[in-house]
Parts: sequence; structure tokens; C-alpha cells
Amino acid sequence: MSNLDSFREETRQWLEQNAPPAFLGRGGGGELEGPWGGRRWKFSSDAEKQWLDVMGERGWTAPTWPSEYGGGGLSPAEAKVLAQLLRELKLPRPLIGFGLTMIGPTLLQFGNEEQKRLHLPRIVRGEIRWCQGYSEPNAGSDLASLQARGVVDGDHMTVSGTKVWTSYADECDWIFALVRTKPEATKKQDGISFVLIDMEDPGVSVKPIKLISGSSPFCETHFTDVKVPLANVVNGLHNGWTVAKALLGHERSMIADAFGGVVSSDRARGGGLQDMARRYLGGGDGPLEDAVTRDAIAQVEMDTRAFTLTVQRTRDAAKAGHKPGPESSIFKLYGTELNKRRYELQIKIAGPQSLGWEGPGYEDAELQRTRDWLRSRGNSIEGGTSEIQLNVIAKRVLGLPD
Amino acid sequence: MQIVLTEDQELLAKTAADFAAEHSPIKRVRDLRDSNDPLGYSRALWKQMAELGWVGIPFPEAVGGAGMGLAELAVVLEALGRSLVPEPFLSTVLLAGEAISRHGDDAVRAEWLPRIVRGEAVMACAYPETTSRYALSQVATRCEAAGSGFRITGEKSHVLDAAGCDGFLVSARSAGADNDPQGIELFAVSADAPGVEIVGQTRVDHRNCAIVRLQGVEVAGDARVGAPGRGHTVLEDVVDRATVGLCAEMLGGMSRAFEMTLAHLKEREQFGAPIGSFQALKHRAAELFVEIELVRSCVMAAARAVDAEASDARKLVSLAKARCSDAFVLAGNEGVQMFGGVGMTDEYDIGFYLKRARVAEMTFGDAAYHRSRWAQLSGY
Ligand SMILES: Cc1cc2nc3c(=O)[nH]c(=O)nc-3n(C[C@H](O)[C@H](O)[C@H](O)COP(=O)(O)OP(=O)(O)OC[C@H]3O[C@@H](n4cnc5c(N)ncnc54)[C@H](O)[C@@H]3O)c2cc1C
Repeated sequence: MSNLDSFREETRQWLEQNAPPAFLGRGGGGELEGPWGGRRWKFSSDAEKQWLDVMGERGWTAPTWPSEYGGGGLSPAEAKVLAQLLRELKLPRPLIGFGLTMIGPTLLQFGNEEQKRLHLPRIVRGEIRWCQGYSEPNAGSDLASLQARGVVDGDHMTVSGTKVWTSYADECDWIFALVRTKPEATKKQDGISFVLIDMEDPGVSVKPIKLISGSSPFCETHFTDVKVPLANVVNGLHNGWTVAKALLGHERSMIADAFGGVVSSDRARGGGLQDMARRYLGGGDGPLEDAVTRDAIAQVEMDTRAFTLTVQRTRDAAKAGHKPGPESSIFKLYGTELNKRRYELQIKIAGPQSLGWEGPGYEDAELQRTRDWLRSRGNSIEGGTSEIQLNVIAKRVLGLPD
Repeated sequence: MQIVLTEDQELLAKTAADFAAEHSPIKRVRDLRDSNDPLGYSRALWKQMAELGWVGIPFPEAVGGAGMGLAELAVVLEALGRSLVPEPFLSTVLLAGEAISRHGDDAVRAEWLPRIVRGEAVMACAYPETTSRYALSQVATRCEAAGSGFRITGEKSHVLDAAGCDGFLVSARSAGADNDPQGIELFAVSADAPGVEIVGQTRVDHRNCAIVRLQGVEVAGDARVGAPGRGHTVLEDVVDRATVGLCAEMLGGMSRAFEMTLAHLKEREQFGAPIGSFQALKHRAAELFVEIELVRSCVMAAARAVDAEASDARKLVSLAKARCSDAFVLAGNEGVQMFGGVGMTDEYDIGFYLKRARVAEMTFGDAAYHRSRWAQLSGY
């Protein structure tokens, strides 16, 4: 038996013994479904907490992170086996969030030893939940013109300014933020620092903002003379832009991955387009009678398949030892636009039953779908808009001039 | 299934690209057209391709082939597709050749395959008719028993590479209504058989294509390919294979058309700046790039799925063809638009791609046809 085979056997046994019985066979869910963790997290069940505890202890919430920082220390091949087993046993994700997908990978790359030892284990165990303080009222797509200030004074800096669209700031413990520490720099990208701030520090306040979908997952975040130790600066003072861009890379691939997940969990729940069409448009078992809808469904499904095949092609090429090709630049753009089209089509198929906001006359699933459709409109805005992605492809991949 | 080229496949791609650059740049397609070449391709070059082993790629070693698959052939066809190389791979190798190789009995195989593999025989597959559009089951041509063989009467149209061919497969109905999938026979016919008339057609891409008329053409009983009445199954099998081959060619064509357009965007100046600096064009170029990247994944997956006889192979073929049809036409249209006035001139090459895209789009089913087929295969 090869090492990988014995790893598979041991892992399977361990999972079967340690997963809460209620979770075995419950089903996966996408990158955005599961506990986000943190001090303020309210577990939906004892099982959810138990599952996070055992997996966090083993480092398997972050399987490939080095074990000295609390991670699983697994090789990519072992991590793949683990992921396969989790899917096979239909176990949900023990932990999700920006710690695992954004700041963690960024600290592994740019953090100093002290920062890694302090922050990574707490992410792995789901103790600290992170949010992202990038955007400001006057700095969105043009992120580098941000104005939040960090004034350096001895071993700390004093941060003041306003961040906006900070997802889940009101439920998070720490924030990674971009602040301008050298306003006199000639290039606006040059005077920016990447800092880690404890949300409990005096001077940090958050105010939830309501979305068109009715929920309030993001906030305005104010910093009023917040004292931040310089030990919390990542990659050195004024060197934050490189870190910021690397993190955006992680964010975009997370968003792209999440859409692969949305599609598969959609299907697992029986919410496939074809089932919806039979239900809302009627007709027998044969070809759907509404030829226009039939064509539209085929189009979305085929585009979805083309997208997942392209994700697979990138992975297969990486496994074969090729450098990442230009194709990976398309994932954020295509994945989010496709997700929007998918919701748009679902809404059209459901017809008037998709118009409910709340109350009688609609099933819960219908009301949820409508809210999800509204939320999906943000997919091509958050993490860099589609227009910005097209700019990036035109410039970096196609080499078109400014 | 791994969607990645092996080292051998990469080598093959490089050889084919070098060959095309040396022997068949896009100018050759223009010259063939301008000289009214009756074949529209070159027998000598075809022989060379056979000697390189490309013609024999999918055929068994016993008949001189390489015993490889569509994944390998696709690599060659993509490289040749970049300069719209017109040699008869689809007709001779993937349609007629594969039908005989995979479904014919020993006599038919012995008669045709070795000659095909050596590049000596070019063979067409005469299945479409003027009213059949993309339906393989629409066959009005009839055959009736005559002695120990059959007598065939009817007319085929849009038959790829039929002009100047050595022989062809023809579909003819022995029973049933004109659109019945049952009751279709396939026969191997020599081009010089009495009663055969082949009349060249000129389409917008100027590739070899012809009407094939059969007036009481007599064939021997052992000229039949496939089980009696089951010609439709054979056609479904080989047309899927040829579709993947065509998709690979289209991928090469659209990639090249896009590269030409991109070069023009960087070079041509208006308003004191390269036109590629205008965001309206940048975004369209980026969107086209995305489409072509997706096409590449679909074509590679379809070729591998057919080779592996995967259960969803037919769906992947439809996925590849639907996407290739839309993306190649888009690359042609966007190319002409972004070239501007010169894009409309015969002197510029981009128009050749636009025209080939249109013909390729409507060969083996357009995007709407394949979306419908996908839906049907998915049960809705
Ligand atoms: C649901 C959601 C969650 C978010 N979460 C966070 C978070 O946690 N943390 C955080 O920091 N930010 C977050 N954001 C903010 C997000 O990153 C910004 O909204 C985004 O970068 C766009 O900035 P903006 O809103 O200022 O729009 P603008 O930059 O003002 O853009 C408006 C429009 O102009 C277009 N545009 C702008 N510049 C160009 C250009 N050069 N070329 C062509 N078109 C252009 C844009 O594409 C867009 O269509 C979130 C946003 C959403 C919707």
C-alpha cells in the first residue's frame, strides 16, 4: 500500500470516528456555507461546534498550512485526498471565512514569524474572524487613492478614516486594512501600509448598511485615532500595496471557487434549472415545451460546464508542472457573470412566484431565491468589478496599451 | 480524465505548427482560390501528411495506422486550422475512414484503409441532402436489392471533399419514411462507378465541396458498411468524431484570427493613440479572449471523452461544437469590425477567417442545434 493509500485509510477512519454522527452524510455546501467562527459566532448546533473543534485541533480546517502555525501540514496530494473524503462522506465544511481564504495565505507569504505564530493558529481553530478594510467612500475601483491615514509615532501609528462596504465588520474580531502612511509619496501606490487592527481597540466603530436584498452583511467602519503597534504592519511600512494586490488575487480565486460550489450545491438541493422548469412551466416528461426556456437552460448549463472544465484544465496543468497560464485570469469575471445569469434565469422561470419579498403566497425557498438573486447582483462588484477584471485582462494578459 | 497535453502531444503540436508555417501559410489558401484549383487542396501535400503519420493517427496499426486517438489528431488539426489548411482530414479520416475502420467488414477495410492511410485514396462521406439540414436520419436517397447487391438512386449535396475523390460512402434508404432513423444503409462506392456524377459546389470558404448524383448506381452486397438498416448509428458515431476534429480546427482558426486582431489593435493609430488603448475595444478583446479560453477547455475535454468512451462524451461534443460555432463566428465578426475598412477588403486575410467560421459553424450542426441536443441528452 502506498503512503497515500494508507493516509486515505487512516483519514477515513479518523473522520468516521470524529465527525459528529449527525453530520456524516449531511452534504457539503459551497465555499460560503458553514460556520465563520470568531468570538461572536453563534453555533447553530452542538455538532457544528464539535466538528470545528476536532478539525481545528487537527489543523484540517487549513490542511496545507504548516503545522507549526496550527495547520494540517499536509502535502497537496494528501490535502486532495482529504477533500475527496470529505465529499465522499458528505461532510460539511468545518469552517469558512476570510481568515482561511484571504489573510491567512497572505500572512504565510508576507507575514513575519511573530505575526504568523500569533494569527494563523487562531484562524485555524476558528477563534478569530477577520474582515477586509480596503474600500472607502472615494476609493473603490481606484483603490490606490484611499485616504485613511496612519500617522507613525515611535513604535505605533495612529489610524483615522472611514472604510466602507466592510463585509461582516459587525461580527468580526480583527480587520486587515490599507492606510496611507506616506502622503508625500509621488506615486499613490507607494505610500500605503497593510495593517492588522483589533476591532476591540478604542476608536474602532462600525455601522451596518442594508443591502437591496434586505440583509445587512456589510458596514461602514470608522477609525478615530486608533493606536496600532507597528508590529502589526505586514511587509514593512509603506510597502502595503504589494501585499494588498496579492490578497486580492486570493480573494478573486476564492470568489471564483465559490461559484463552482454554488452550482454544485444548487444541484444537490434539487434546485436545478430543469426541475424548476418542469415545476413552473408544466408539460410532460419529454422535451420542455417552452423552446426559448429550454435553449436558455441549455446555454447556462453548458456555460457552467465550460467554466468548470476550464478550472479543471488549470488544475491539471498545474499538477503536470506547468506555470499558471492566462486562463486563470478569467475565473472571477466569468464565474460571477455566470452566477448572475443563472439567478436571472431562475427568476424568469419562476415568474410571478419570484416576486415575493415576504409573507403569504410564497414558499420559503421562493422567498430565499428572490433574496439570493438580489444578492447575486453584487458578485460582479465585490472583489473588483467585472469592468476592472476586463481592464486587467486587456492590460496584463493581452498587453493592450493604456 | 486529465485536460492537459502530454509531452508527446506537445511535440506533435510543434511539428504540425512548423509544417503549416513552411508548407501552408494562409497565402496558400488564397492562391488555391484565385487559381480556381479544382481540388482546393493538394494531393502531394496530403501524401506528405500521410508520410508524417497524421492521416493514420486514429487507425489501427494493422492497416498502417498509429492506433492513437482524437486527442492526438485534434492537436494536429488545431495547428493546421490556424492557417486554414484545407486538406481532407474530416472527410477521408474522420468520416469515411473511421466509418470503415470501426464498422466495416474485412473486405471493405482491406479495399480502402491501407490506401487511405498511405495518402493515396481520398474518400468523401455523402450523407447530407439539400433538405436534411443537420439531421442524419433525413435520407431520401433510396436503394433497392439488385442481384446480390443494391442499386442506389438519389442526390447528395454539401458533400465535403467529394470533387476529385477516389470513392465515397453514401447513405441510402432501404426502408421507412424519409426521416426514419431505421432503414438507412451505408455503402462504399468508387467515384468512377457508372451512374455517379459529381458536380463541384462553390461555397464562401472555397473549400472542396460537391453535389453527388447517383442514377441507378450498382454496388456489391459486401460494399455495405455497418449492420443492415443501421447506417444511422454508424453516422452518429463518425459525425461526432468528425465534429471534434472540426472543433479543433476551429479553435486554431479563431485563435489565429484573434491574434491578428490583437496585433492590429496595437499597431493601428487613430486620435494619436493605438486603437487598442480605447476601452470599448479593450473590453471586447478581453471578452473574446475569455470565450476562446473556454473553447479550448471544451475541445480538449470532448476529444478525451470520446477517446475514453465516457458516458457523457456526446454531451461534451455538443458543448464543444456549440461553443466553437459561436466563438469562431464572433472572432471573425469582431476581427473585421476592429480592422475597420481594410477588414472588408479581399486583400486582408481576416475575411478568410470570417468566411471559414460561417461554413464551419454550419457543418455538423450550429450552436442552437447542439444546445438542443445537449438538452435532449440531459433529459429535457
Ligand atoms: C456585497 C459587497 C461586499 C463587499 N465587501 C467588501 C469588503 O469586505 N471590504 C472592502 O474593502 N470592500 C468590499 N466591497 C467593496 C467593493 O470592493 C467595491 O464596491 C468595488 O471595488 C467597486 O468600488 P465602488 O463601489 O466604489 O464603485 P466604483 O469604483 O465607483 O465603480 C462604479 C462603476 O464604474 C465602473 N468603473 C470604475 N472604474 C472604471 C474603469 N477604470 N474602467 C471602467 N469602468 C470603471 C465600475 O466597474 C462600476 O461599474 C464590497 C462590495 C459589495 C457589493
